[in-house]
Amino acid sequence: MKIAVCVKRVPDSEARIKIGADGKGIDESGIKFILNPYDEYAVEQALKLKEAAGDGEVVVVSLGTAAVQETIRAALAMGVDRGILLETDAQPLDPLGAAQALAAELRDGGFDLILCGKVAIDDYAHATGTMVAELLGIPSVSAITHLQLADGQGTAEREIEGGVEVVEFTLPAVLTAEKGLNEPRYPALKGIMMAKKKPLDVKPVELDPGGIEVLDLVLPPARQEGRIVGEGADAVPALVEALQSEAKVL
Amino acid sequence: MANILVVLEQRDGTLKRVSHEVLTAGRELADSVGGELHAVVLGPESLSTDGLGVYGADKVFATLDARLELYQPSAYLATVAARVNEGDYDAVLLGATALGKDLGPRVAARLLCPFASDVTAIAHDDGIVVSRPVYAGKAVYRLRISGTPCVITVRPNNFAPAESPRAGAVERVALSRDPVANERTVRVKEPDSAALDVSEAPVVVSGGRGLREPENFTLIEDLAAAFGNAAVGASRAVVDAGWRPHSEQVGQTGKTISPSLYVAVGISGAIQHLAGMRTAKVIVAINRDKDAPIFKVADYGIVGDLFEIVPRLTEEIRKIRGN
Ligand SMILES: Cc1cc2nc3c(=O)[nH]c(=O)nc-3n(C[C@H](O)[C@H](O)[C@H](O)COP(=O)(O)OP(=O)(O)OC[C@H]3O[C@@H](n4cnc5c(N)ncnc54)[C@H](O)[C@@H]3O)c2cc1C
Ligand SMILES: Nc1ncnc2c1ncn2[C@@H]1O[C@H](COP(=O)(O)O)[C@@H](O)[C@H]1O
Repeated sequence: MKIAVCVKRVPDSEARIKIGADGKGIDESGIKFILNPYDEYAVEQALKLKEAAGDGEVVVVSLGTAAVQETIRAALAMGVDRGILLETDAQPLDPLGAAQALAAELRDGGFDLILCGKVAIDDYAHATGTMVAELLGIPSVSAITHLQLADGQGTAEREIEGGVEVVEFTLPAVLTAEKGLNEPRYPALKGIMMAKKKPLDVKPVELDPGGIEVLDLVLPPARQEGRIVGEGADAVPALVEALQSEAKVL
Repeated sequence: MANILVVLEQRDGTLKRVSHEVLTAGRELADSVGGELHAVVLGPESLSTDGLGVYGADKVFATLDARLELYQPSAYLATVAARVNEGDYDAVLLGATALGKDLGPRVAARLLCPFASDVTAIAHDDGIVVSRPVYAGKAVYRLRISGTPCVITVRPNNFAPAESPRAGAVERVALSRDPVANERTVRVKEPDSAALDVSEAPVVVSGGRGLREPENFTLIEDLAAAFGNAAVGASRAVVDAGWRPHSEQVGQTGKTISPSLYVAVGISGAIQHLAGMRTAKVIVAINRDKDAPIFKVADYGIVGDLFEIVPRLTEEIRKIRGN
């Protein structure tokens, strides 16, 4: 089984976001970057499948700046065999740009399966994996919480509003991982040591500029200061009164 | 003159509320570009396409077929892409639902056109200009999209459905391709109870680690039942502990929701939790720690022991709602 996993370097979910001097992006100084949490589920799934098959290869691919090497090493430390960095000077604004570069790299790789996260927690596009599948002309299922594979066929489950869709597909396919698919492993010390020696190819890529232009990036309007209506159960009538006559939501 | 296309969504033969929201957003955009609003709807024969004109559709293209009971990605993609290629569209709008988040990227990649997801505002100003919250709602992009057509998914519960009567003439379009092409949705597993989903309910009552034991979630369920139109939500702490299913998790690695009323009970208000609910219209927090961060975003708070406060609140809401 040969599996590719697309991973992205993103700011830590606790990071305080400051707007950069140009007003069109974030100020990256002091921000800790991590492997996108949903990509950890994708890496874990790939490693599990390889372990179950007894042989095969897991390759991570990431598009971004030279700093992304660190993110790729984090995936290698979990047990991935090798990494590919598609080096650009910035992350594209339109997920289609990233998807095109990823699809071009993956097209002739002979992968049985391509795994992605369902969403990157920086741009929240929820799109790249599904776009890669369409560009490659292969099946895809997004935001999966359950997966079964046998004989070149698969069944996946994805949560929809108030239910779970059961989807059948054939391999090769692209699947995007939702929380709940598995519990990602922590890299062991040995894995971290070994990661340093694993192959990491760096390939420069040119991105299609796409049709999207940033006008500005701003902080969201602050919520109006609320108030504590009181303490303990005695405050309940005052709360209900406020919800009825002030907020008008009852 | 360019038009706007919206893709509507049905479940069990009934159009979802988000479809009216997307029609409303589409109507506004069509008016500002000076074009018509067209709608594509796919579903089973039983689906009624009446009344779409009320929400502003000039024209409705309906593909109704027994094989379209469930969402079939290949058939949806083929039908929408064919419509876009036949018409003259500036933008294709979908709801950012489980369906829209899957279909939108497929359409954009098929047509090789710009894509913007989960937008909270759309305007026309020398191109289409959208607002998109990013970094877990900690910042908002304003983007100008220059290519046409473009594909946009709009955040649910953000555009209030508004009536704007138009002809809404329905044209039937045959299913152009075998819906079992690439991937096939074979069934939908429904939950045992007919509980509302957190992403669609107008009121969400969420519980966190402050509940102490999974059994105590009956307090949250009772309060939700008292409202009558509420869903039960949960923090990640209690989902990870196995007390509640992931489908109820609100936050960065759960659902992003915008209900009219959000009640956070025994939830501290970690930044990742706020990411999922800070756009609720009204937020109520119940927490015994007056310094809990949840009070920073709450419109109304009660400081104290949830085990005393929640039963009392349930009682009061029951009186008002008669549940
Ligand atoms: C990458 C990442 C993603 C994450 N995604 C999410 C996410 O999607 N959603 C999410 O919720 N979290 C998420 N988290 C976790 C988040 O950081 C917090 O750990 C979590 O939200 C805490 O849950 P909690 O508020 O229930 O528990 P706690 O933080 O333990 O808070 C419990 C609260 O209950 C109060 N309390 C206790 N007893 C009582 C009582 N008797 N009466 C009243 N109040 C009481 C306490 O004062 C406290 O404020 C994520 C974390 C990471 C790192
Ligand atoms: N620059 C990138 N490099 C590699 N993979 C990416 C990149 N951007 C997005 N992805 C993949 O696509 C998923 C969804 O990202 P997005 O569409 O940006 O929300 C991520 O979880 C990754 O698996």
